[in-house]
Amino acid sequence: MAKLFAVTIIVIAILSAIPIVRHTWWTSQDISTHGAPIDEQMSETMAESGILFLASQILLAVFIWKFSRPRPGEKIKSFPGGAMGLVIAAFLLVGTEVLALGAFGAKAWASIYFTPPGANAMPLQVQAGQFAFYFRYPGPDGKFGPLHPDLISEANQNIFGLDTEHDPDSKDDIVTAEMAIPVNREIHLLMHSKDVGHAFFVPELRVHQDFVPGLDLSMHFTATKVGRYEIVCTQLCGLGHYNMRAYLSVFSQEDFDSWLKKQATFQ
Amino acid sequence: MHDTSSHAVAHHGPPASFIRKHIFSLDHKVIGKQYFGLAFVAVLVGIFLSWLMRLHLGWTNLAIPGLHLLSSNGAPGNLMTPEYYLQLMTMHATIMVFFVLTTAPFAAFGNYFLPIQVGAEDMPFPRFNMMSFWITFLGFIALMSSFFVGDGPTLGGWTQYAPLSAIGQAAGPGEGTGVVLWAISITLFCIGQLLGSLNFITTTLDMRTRGMSLMRMPLSVWAWFITSVMGLTAFAVLMPACILLILDHVAGTSFFVPSNLVINDQLLPHSGGSTLLWQHLFWFFGHPEVYIAIVPGMGIVSHVLITSMRRPLLSHRVMIYSMGALAVLSYMVYGHHMFVSGMNPVSSIAFSFPTLIITIPATIIVLLWLGSLYGSRLRINTASLFALGFISMFISGGVSGFFLAQPSIDILLHGTYFVVGHFHMVMGVAAMFGIFAGTFFWFPKMFGRMMNETLGRIHFWLTFVGTYTIFMPFHYIGLAGNIRRYQAFTPDYMQQFIPVHKFITVAALLTGAAQLIFVYNLIHSRFWGKPAPDNPWEATSLEWSTPSTPPPWNNFGDKMPVVYHDPYQYGVEGSTGDYVMQNSPERIETVRDEA
Repeated sequence: MAKLFAVTIIVIAILSAIPIVRHTWWTSQDISTHGAPIDEQMSETMAESGILFLASQILLAVFIWKFSRPRPGEKIKSFPGGAMGLVIAAFLLVGTEVLALGAFGAKAWASIYFTPPGANAMPLQVQAGQFAFYFRYPGPDGKFGPLHPDLISEANQNIFGLDTEHDPDSKDDIVTAEMAIPVNREIHLLMHSKDVGHAFFVPELRVHQDFVPGLDLSMHFTATKVGRYEIVCTQLCGLGHYNMRAYLSVFSQEDFDSWLKKQATFQ
Repeated sequence: MHDTSSHAVAHHGPPASFIRKHIFSLDHKVIGKQYFGLAFVAVLVGIFLSWLMRLHLGWTNLAIPGLHLLSSNGAPGNLMTPEYYLQLMTMHATIMVFFVLTTAPFAAFGNYFLPIQVGAEDMPFPRFNMMSFWITFLGFIALMSSFFVGDGPTLGGWTQYAPLSAIGQAAGPGEGTGVVLWAISITLFCIGQLLGSLNFITTTLDMRTRGMSLMRMPLSVWAWFITSVMGLTAFAVLMPACILLILDHVAGTSFFVPSNLVINDQLLPHSGGSTLLWQHLFWFFGHPEVYIAIVPGMGIVSHVLITSMRRPLLSHRVMIYSMGALAVLSYMVYGHHMFVSGMNPVSSIAFSFPTLIITIPATIIVLLWLGSLYGSRLRINTASLFALGFISMFISGGVSGFFLAQPSIDILLHGTYFVVGHFHMVMGVAAMFGIFAGTFFWFPKMFGRMMNETLGRIHFWLTFVGTYTIFMPFHYIGLAGNIRRYQAFTPDYMQQFIPVHKFITVAALLTGAAQLIFVYNLIHSRFWGKPAPDNPWEATSLEWSTPSTPPPWNNFGDKMPVVYHDPYQYGVEGSTGDYVMQNSPERIETVRDEA
C-alpha cells in the first residue's frame, strides 16, 4: 500500500507538470509594451515553484516508500542536520527565492504603475455598468464634457449622463460600445463604474483593473499588435456577469481615424 | 503527590436529563460531536451544490431532473438560470468555508479533544460553549432559510463585495433579503466562534492539569490554541462589518455605498460610503480565515502522523513557532486579494512581501514533516494515509501561492480559475484531508468503535486521485485566462475551456460520489463497528488514557491525570512497547527536541 501510494504521488506530480512544461494551456500572447517583465516573472516563478513542487512531492514519496516497512528492531534515525538544518535550508532556499521574486516582481509592478502616462497619451474613457462596457472619446476638441449621473438613461441612449445642451465639451464626445485604439500609441484609460464593482481585463494587453464605484481610476498602456481582442469583466457584478464583455480593436492609425470618424456620424 | 490538579474543579455535574445530555449539553464532548454533526450535514449540502454547479458548467443547457423542486424561479423547466448558478455558488462557498472548514477541524475536534488533551475536566465556560454551538447552528439555519425566502439566496459570492451586496434588490435576485440573511448568518457564526475561541484560549492557558506545561501540550492543542487567537481577532472584525452591511440594508445607512450610483436608470439615494472599506474589513478577516481553516489541520496531521511514524517531529518547538508565525503574518498579507482592486499600487508591494515571506514558515512546516518521515517507522492506515495526503495537497496548493503573492503576476491570474484551484487545494482539500485523518484517528475514542479500514482506504484512494483530477486542471485553464464565477463561457477565447470543464465535472461527480463511502463508513461504524480498545493506535497523549471509551462525562473520572512526559515519547523502550504515555510515571530517557 505504501509503495503504491509513493508511486501514485510521483505519477500525479509528473502528470501535473506535463501540461505546464508543454504549455498546453498557457498565458495568451503579449501585445503590450509593458508585458515583458510580467511574462518573465511568470516564467521565473513557474520554474522555481515547479522545482519546489516536484522536489518535495518526490521526497515525500521516497520517504513513504522507504520508511513504511522498517525491519524489526530497526532504530529511529534522524534526518541529517536535524530540525535546525531544515530551518536554515528553508530560510536560505525559500527565503532567497521569495526575496528575489518579490524584488523583481516589485520592479515589474513599479514599471507599470509608478510612471505617469506620457503627455501625448490618447485619453479614452470607459464606463462599466451591469452588464456592458461603454467607451467615450473626447472628439475633435480633445476635451471630455462633465458627467451627470442623474442624466444617465439607457432608455434615451444617454449612457454616460452627458448634457450636450449645456456642456459645450460634451457636444463632440463620441460614445461607443466597442473599444478601438491605434497601434503603438499610448492610451490613457480613465475608468469609472456607474453601479457596482466590475473589472477590465484584456489578457493579451496585460491590463487588469477593477472598477470601483465612487473612485475614478486610470491605466495607461500601449498595444503593439493590430487585431481584435476581448475585454472581460472579472469582478462578480450580478447575474449577467458571465456575459459582460466587449471587443477591443487595435487598428493602424489610419484605420483608427476612419473608424472614429464613422462612429462620430452615429452620435 | 497530589492526584488532582488544583485547577480541576467541577464546573457542572453529570447531565441529569435527556435534553441536558444530548441537546443543550454543557459537556464539551457532546458539543464537539454536535459541531461535527453540523459540519457533516453542511458538507453534504456543499457537495450537492457543487455537483449542480459542475453539471451546469459542463453542460450549460442541461435540464437537471427535479431541479425546479429546489427553486421554481431558479430552475424553470429544470434549467438553471444564470442567477441561480451564482446563488448556488455563493451558498456552496459560504457553507464550506464557514460551516465545514471552520467548524469541523477547529470547533468540532477542538471542542472534543482540546480539554482532554490538556487534562481538563471541561472548558471553563460550559454555558458559553453550549451557546457557541447553538448560535452557530442558528447561523446555519439563517443561511439555509435564504433558499426558501423571497427570490432565494444572495448571488454576490462568499466575499459579498459592496456595493453589489449593499444596495438591495436593485442589484439583482437575492441581493435584498438573501444578503440580509447571509449577513445575519455570518454575524451569528462570528458570535459563536468568538465564544468558542474564548473557551479554547482559557482552557489552554488556565485548565491544564498538573505537569502539563505549555511545551508538553500536543501539537493539535497548539494548533487549536493558535487558531482561536486568530479567530478571536478575525471574527471580531467580520462581525461588525456584517452588522454595518445589515444596517446598509435596513437602516438607510451607507457605509459601503458611495454617491452617484445609477441602477436601472435610477440614481440611488446613498452617499458617503466606501466600497474598498468592505474589502479591507472582509479580507482582514478573510485571510486569517484561510489559516483558521488550515492550521487545525496542521495540528491534527502532525498529531496523527507522529503516532503513525512512531517518533516525535524533529522539533516540537519549531513546529509551534512556525504555526505561530503563520498566524502573526496572516494579518499582514490580506491585501494580496486586492492587488487590482484600485488600492494604491504601493500598498500592493507592501502586501506582496509579507505574502511571500509567509511561505517560509509554511516551508519549514512541510520540511519538518518530511524530515521527520525520514528514518521513521511509518505505519500505514487510513488516518496516516490522509495525513500524508494532506502534506501532498498542501505542497501542491502552496506552490501556487508564489504566483498569487506577486502583484505583477496577479494581473494575469486575478479572478481566474488559477485562484480557484489554489484555494481549493490548499484550504479546501488539504483541510478536508485533515478532517478525514482526524476522523479516522479519533472516531474510536469518540464513539467507542473502530471505523472500517478497508472502506477507509478505498475512500482515500478515490478521494486522493479524484481531487487532483479535479483541481489541477483549474490551474491550467486559469493560466490561460478562464475567469471564475461565470455560469457559462461565452467569450470567444474561453470556448476552448469547455471540454476541460466537462472533464472536471465528471471527475467531481465521481469524487463526490466516493464521499458516500465515507458517509456509509461513518454511520455503519457508529452502530456496528468493531468495539474500540482504549488506545488502538498505541498513542501517548491524554485522550487515550481516559478510564473509559468514550470518556465519561468528566473525562477522567474522579482522578485527574498528572503529566510526566513530553507529548510524543515514541521510539523509546517503555514497558508498554515503543511508547510511553504522557501520564505514565515510568522513568525513561526522554526523546529530546533536536532543534
